[in-house]
Amino acid sequence: MISTQLLDQLPALQVCLPLAGAALCALIDRRYIAWVLTTLISFAMPVIAVMMLIQVMTVGPISYAFGGWEPPFGIEYRVDVVNGFLLVLISVMGAIIMPYALRSVAAEIARNKQAWFYCMYLLCLAGLLGMAITADAFNAFVFMEISSLSMYVLIALGRDKRALVAAYQYLILGTIGATLYVIGVGLLFAMTGTLNFGDMAERIVAVEQSRPVLAALAFITVGMCLKLALFPLHVWLPNAYTGAPSVATAFIASTATKVAVYLLLRFYFSIFGAAFVFEDLPVTPILLVMSVAAMFAASIVAIFQGNVKRMLAYSSVAQMGYITLGIALATPIGLTGGIVHLFNHALMKGALFMALGCVALRIGGCRLDAMAGIGRRMPITMAAFVIAGLSLIGVPGTVGFVSKWYLALGAIEAGWWWLAFLIVGSSLLAVVYIGRVVEVAWFRAPTGTAAEATDPPLSMLIPTWILAAACIAFGLDAGFTAGVAAEAADALFAGLRQ
Amino acid sequence: MRLDVVLRVVVKLLLPFILVFGFFVQFHGEISPGGGFQAGVIVGAGLILYAIMFGLDLAMRVVSVRAVEKLVCLGVLLYMGTGFAGMLLGGNFLDYNVLSYDPIKGQHLGIILIELGVLFTVAGTMVAIFYAFAGREK
Repeated sequence: MISTQLLDQLPALQVCLPLAGAALCALIDRRYIAWVLTTLISFAMPVIAVMMLIQVMTVGPISYAFGGWEPPFGIEYRVDVVNGFLLVLISVMGAIIMPYALRSVAAEIARNKQAWFYCMYLLCLAGLLGMAITADAFNAFVFMEISSLSMYVLIALGRDKRALVAAYQYLILGTIGATLYVIGVGLLFAMTGTLNFGDMAERIVAVEQSRPVLAALAFITVGMCLKLALFPLHVWLPNAYTGAPSVATAFIASTATKVAVYLLLRFYFSIFGAAFVFEDLPVTPILLVMSVAAMFAASIVAIFQGNVKRMLAYSSVAQMGYITLGIALATPIGLTGGIVHLFNHALMKGALFMALGCVALRIGGCRLDAMAGIGRRMPITMAAFVIAGLSLIGVPGTVGFVSKWYLALGAIEAGWWWLAFLIVGSSLLAVVYIGRVVEVAWFRAPTGTAAEATDPPLSMLIPTWILAAACIAFGLDAGFTAGVAAEAADALFAGLRQ
Repeated sequence: MRLDVVLRVVVKLLLPFILVFGFFVQFHGEISPGGGFQAGVIVGAGLILYAIMFGLDLAMRVVSVRAVEKLVCLGVLLYMGTGFAGMLLGGNFLDYNVLSYDPIKGQHLGIILIELGVLFTVAGTMVAIFYAFAGREK
């Protein structure tokens, strides 16, 4: 009896536990207690998310009426394969980073601000999980603001003075993105009279060809593309990732942009409908051009960066291009590739940024010239970096290969064989920028602080290696990731309309 | 702080009324326009007025920075606690019906409790922002 009741409450617990934990962390204001609390909560999150995903896979979508008010009048939390998968991704990343955070945060953030860092971390986690789980367009906006505001703080806590500027820049651009989104939702609300995703999907059919709906689609597309850092709208991302503390970068890079992608998918496929967006309107060519531009331009810029963290940030912009490419293809295989890459990119970028965090702990920064020979002094850390880097390139046997394989298949299936070549071509650029780091780190003699560096404590090495190992494990056996992603793609194409 | 006597006397006289009005808006907000946010702003404005008239040091002796920070968190926790209470009593999160033997009484109670949480947090945040800006010179 109690267990079924608990099962029913899982969707609310998924969001409310970190939210309450954030307030507790700030209230207690002791850094060690805050860390313990945050770790406990962030470990509970994947358990909840996996339990819900299992329930979704076996029984079907879960619907939760917030406050007992029946949807579509009240706020509904709805978990299906698509966001169930995303919830697992966010919560697993959130949990893996926590053991790592203790040492890294202690080294990078002022003592009196550490409890607040964990408070903001939990708020950000709650916001991202909330964005993923809610089935209410305005509620999604509220959670977007919760996660964004806490992210601005997380970034501003970076040691570097430039972190403040980066956080401010992100604040302005992020707010513009959220505003565009809320304008789009407002227009949809005016036309359909509802905010519930499922309800909206049914009512939009009658008003589909009206101008406000078209405007809403445009506003939401631009707003979300700003949040997910699609190529020309990416300017906030490199500065933000570079300035933020290592833990924040690893967490944000592997989750925040992914949730924006999810929301875009939700609107395109579940609400507007794939036929309307991709057949009646020229969304495919627009997204395709931007994605390919991101894959090449951002990768080329990445090659010329002197700071490795910044280089990886530009690489993130390029990788987001692959994900939006999957959306632009708008075929089940292409979309599967996009969703798989969403998961895989989180794994490899998480591993890369965490390895860099270990380096930053030992040598105090991530400048490429300061990392000369670091591979000889910190072999275990840099080995993880190389594995995740190979994954980024897309070497067979790693997760990067799996997603690029699906994307290339999708491109060929659509008859765009040239696109498959572009995917391979842009991967070659990744060889160059990852290769640069590998060359400097392994083939040069250690100098300066790098000469005295040693591998970081196990609490940091193990989480980094879990992610690096996952890059290989899910690369060799893509059954789980590609399987769930394919189911998610099918669910998206089926739409929300009953 | 030797400001105008008239101002100081008037502020001293007004303060209790401002605070009472804030709580009126809070408790009446359930059935009329108002609620925790507006009430929090009024209470916060009362404290800020006191700080402007009598100086930051005196205001911080009445409500310290730490107390303000705790107030913000307590407000959120009161809100969340009401939600979890609904959950523990067999309803969904923030389900007020189960808070009392009578669903209507439960709705009253739930709204008052969460709005009280909002009041704490909003008033605390207002004062915290004021302290942060006013205390920058130090």
